Amino acid sequence: MEEKTYTWRDLINYGLLGSVVTLYFGMIGMLELFDERILITPFLSLGDVLLFSGVIGIVFFAVNKFASSLNEAFKVGAVVGAVSAIFPIVLSFIATSELIAEQFVIRDVFVSVTDRLVEIYNFGLEPIVGSLVLIVAFAIVGVLTALFIKTDPKIERPLLMGIVLTLGIGLFSENVTQILGNLPAGIGRSISRLLFTNKALTIVSALIIFLLTAGITYWRMRRPTTGESRGFNFSFEDISNRGLNRAQMIQLAIVAVVLLLLPWMVGSFLSQVLFNVGLFILMGLGLNIVVGYAGLLDLGYVAFFAFGAYTMGILTTATSLNPGLGLNFWTALPFAILIAVMFGIILGVPVLNMRGDYLAIVTLGFGEIIRILALSDWLAPVMGGAQGVLKIAKPVFFGVEMGSPETMYYMVLAGSLLVGFVAIRLRDSRLGRQWMAMREDEDVAEAMGINLVQTKLMAFAIGAAFSGLAGAIFSARVNNIFPHSFNLLISINALSLIIVGGIGSIPGVIIGALVLVGLPELLREFSEYRLLMYGILLIVMMLVRPEGFIPAEIYKRELRADEETETEIEAQVTSS
Amino acid sequence: MLTRTLARLSWVDLILRVFQIIAAIVIVIGIVNVFRSNTYTSNQWATLVFAGLAQGSIYALIALGYTLVYGILLMINFAHGEVYMAGAFSTVFLAGYFSNTGFLQSSPILAIIIMIIFAAAVSTAIALLLERIAYRPLRNAPRLIPLITAIGASFTLQYTFRGLYGAEFKSYPQVPALSGTVNVIGFDVPLVQLVVFFAAVGLMIALYLYVERTKSGKAMRAVSEDKDVARLMGIDIDRVIVTTFALGGALAGAAGVFNGLFRPQGVFFFMGFFPGIKAFTAAVLGGIGNIPGAMIGGLMLGLIESLGPNSIVEGLGIPSANQLKDAIAFSVLVLILIYRPQGIFGERLAEKKA
Repeated sequence: MEEKTYTWRDLINYGLLGSVVTLYFGMIGMLELFDERILITPFLSLGDVLLFSGVIGIVFFAVNKFASSLNEAFKVGAVVGAVSAIFPIVLSFIATSELIAEQFVIRDVFVSVTDRLVEIYNFGLEPIVGSLVLIVAFAIVGVLTALFIKTDPKIERPLLMGIVLTLGIGLFSENVTQILGNLPAGIGRSISRLLFTNKALTIVSALIIFLLTAGITYWRMRRPTTGESRGFNFSFEDISNRGLNRAQMIQLAIVAVVLLLLPWMVGSFLSQVLFNVGLFILMGLGLNIVVGYAGLLDLGYVAFFAFGAYTMGILTTATSLNPGLGLNFWTALPFAILIAVMFGIILGVPVLNMRGDYLAIVTLGFGEIIRILALSDWLAPVMGGAQGVLKIAKPVFFGVEMGSPETMYYMVLAGSLLVGFVAIRLRDSRLGRQWMAMREDEDVAEAMGINLVQTKLMAFAIGAAFSGLAGAIFSARVNNIFPHSFNLLISINALSLIIVGGIGSIPGVIIGALVLVGLPELLREFSEYRLLMYGILLIVMMLVRPEGFIPAEIYKRELRADEETETEIEAQVTSS
Repeated sequence: MLTRTLARLSWVDLILRVFQIIAAIVIVIGIVNVFRSNTYTSNQWATLVFAGLAQGSIYALIALGYTLVYGILLMINFAHGEVYMAGAFSTVFLAGYFSNTGFLQSSPILAIIIMIIFAAAVSTAIALLLERIAYRPLRNAPRLIPLITAIGASFTLQYTFRGLYGAEFKSYPQVPALSGTVNVIGFDVPLVQLVVFFAAVGLMIALYLYVERTKSGKAMRAVSEDKDVARLMGIDIDRVIVTTFALGGALAGAAGVFNGLFRPQGVFFFMGFFPGIKAFTAAVLGGIGNIPGAMIGGLMLGLIESLGPNSIVEGLGIPSANQLKDAIAFSVLVLILIYRPQGIFGERLAEKKA
């Protein structure tokens, strides 16, 4: 291990960085809002977790960078932690001292600097005592973090799992209660009454969950691992290409049953969440073809979603306001997809010669133009203008009217499975290989005899078809659509989820949708900060792990190309 | 094989050409219709022209930020609209303070200059932060990656400022000294529009001189020509890039104040998005990477946006033409990128990259 040297100055710099992060969370109002969600009564709220997260993060970096021994780690953790308290303390003094507050109108400008924020920073104590407590608390958290990093992974992992799961259950207490409430014979209700008081874990239940999780993880880690890893060990590739062995079949059957029963297990609210996740899986799979396979960065993807939704709406609505055709869902569905495909090609032709940034901007322009047109009075006779399209028909499936989140979940599940299957088959087809060749190098691909025009248009058209399908299902679920539902954010959302999941990776789309669409739905009260988190996530992801959570092989290789070539060269040098 | 590909390509070109001709015909019909029906007096046209020039000069200032960065890094700083927002939004409070204390009324010029410096400082700080955190570590990454980071940075900045200053709309105070009108060649023009226009043009000229005449400007030009050779000549690339971002940020901040004088209402956290895209359009219009091009592109876009709804769209018999103002700007963007990505004056930079 190489010797790591550091000066006090380094530690103070890191501490100041942590201090800035802590101050930032407070100044933008996150701390105050997050503080309302209690995780463990009576003392731990999500705000507290956030308050300490800056310190934890920065100590993590500092310890990894500077400290080699345990003693060093303690020192680094304590110093960095204590220094991290500086700016919050300064802020609370400025905000509370009347002399300064009169001169600088800090509270009029920064809306999030409130008495409550100062209270959070001072733990509700007098300013001076509170500041001291904050310094000590941060130092202690720093030391604990340092200790945690330096412990044996055998103890570290169970602890981490325990903490994460306990906090997770505390955070999603409402949803856990909902799920438990659906268990038969009221067992669930009595369990949730045992676990939670006032939507938060009690100290006892938190301890039990923590010990259980930590214990189980520890026990599982101690068992000697056999060659085969446990858990689900089949992939999409296996299903489509290789066929399954018996164990895999059983696992697949379990997954299928769970997927089928899911809406009835989790209740109406969570079904709606699942529906939204499914919708974005549909769109993500489509965008994945355009961006991930064909390498065409499309920021106007929402346009095709809008075309699908509007076609479905206009064809099936039956109000006097919009002279709709009154078709039913199933008859209108092919038209919705067809119109989306048509516009996919129409908007695709002009951008055939474009790539990279310019393509992104032009598609963004298309998306915005279409939204503005949908909103305008000019097209109002057809598209309803600002009033939107109302009373869109609900699908009827063998006499059952589908409109509830539970039934629409099946619709979107069926759609996702179909689209997922198509996406896998396309990826492994000749067309898929052409897309990837084109993504790598258009000129070389052309020289290899790939028809760029056709290949690009196919990508746009198929991407548009998936998005149009999602739009049609969306409009059937919400029944009334308005132009402002189809803004740039949907495109950004879809793009973010494929990037976070891993560009070009189908399981990545699913994970991305669960994380970026599912989680925010569960954390609705923090929706103000949803896009902030997206933004930060996108930046951090690009800096740290540009290939995404579940990377597609090719992208991983490409993005890590530098490192690999270096090692290759080294290998060659050593061998020769 | 090659001839077949060529044949297919020309099929696409044919369609594009047809689109182009149709678009031209539609525009001409619209303009002819409006002028034949004599809906507007020359006074009304003049009002639109001057408003368009003032707005266009604001676009031009923001566009310079895109062009400077693109010229050097060959990268679209997607979050530049947010840099502009940061300056404009932060200065609203200073302007309000000046107005309440009477400073803005007693010595307007000094007050406005202080506001511009403040806004430029905030915007510069944000631009530098952006460069340091989001772009510098990714300088050698594949092209898609900085673009995605920029989108992320854009949202991060928007919602950071929303958290800091709140989600409500704020307004700049009215400046009494700028509220009159001036007679220019027989037309009454609001003084504020003239001030904004000339101040913006002054800043642009200053920038142009900086880039053309100073040593650091020369370094910038060298880096934009060829980074590796510039480095060999002893130019500190990082420093040049930082300077570029700082200049772009400062101009965007100034544009924020001018916008506040020109259109006091509507200062909020999302205000940077549309001007950002329009300024990008302006930059492309003039040829991205080309400094005088960005200035002229900005003015042209301002004029098109101001005159377009009344002259073209209305002539086509489309109701509530002003609703489509943003659509016109976006259409210009799309058409320029499709038909003339090198812009009006630009060299063909689009080929160099990708």
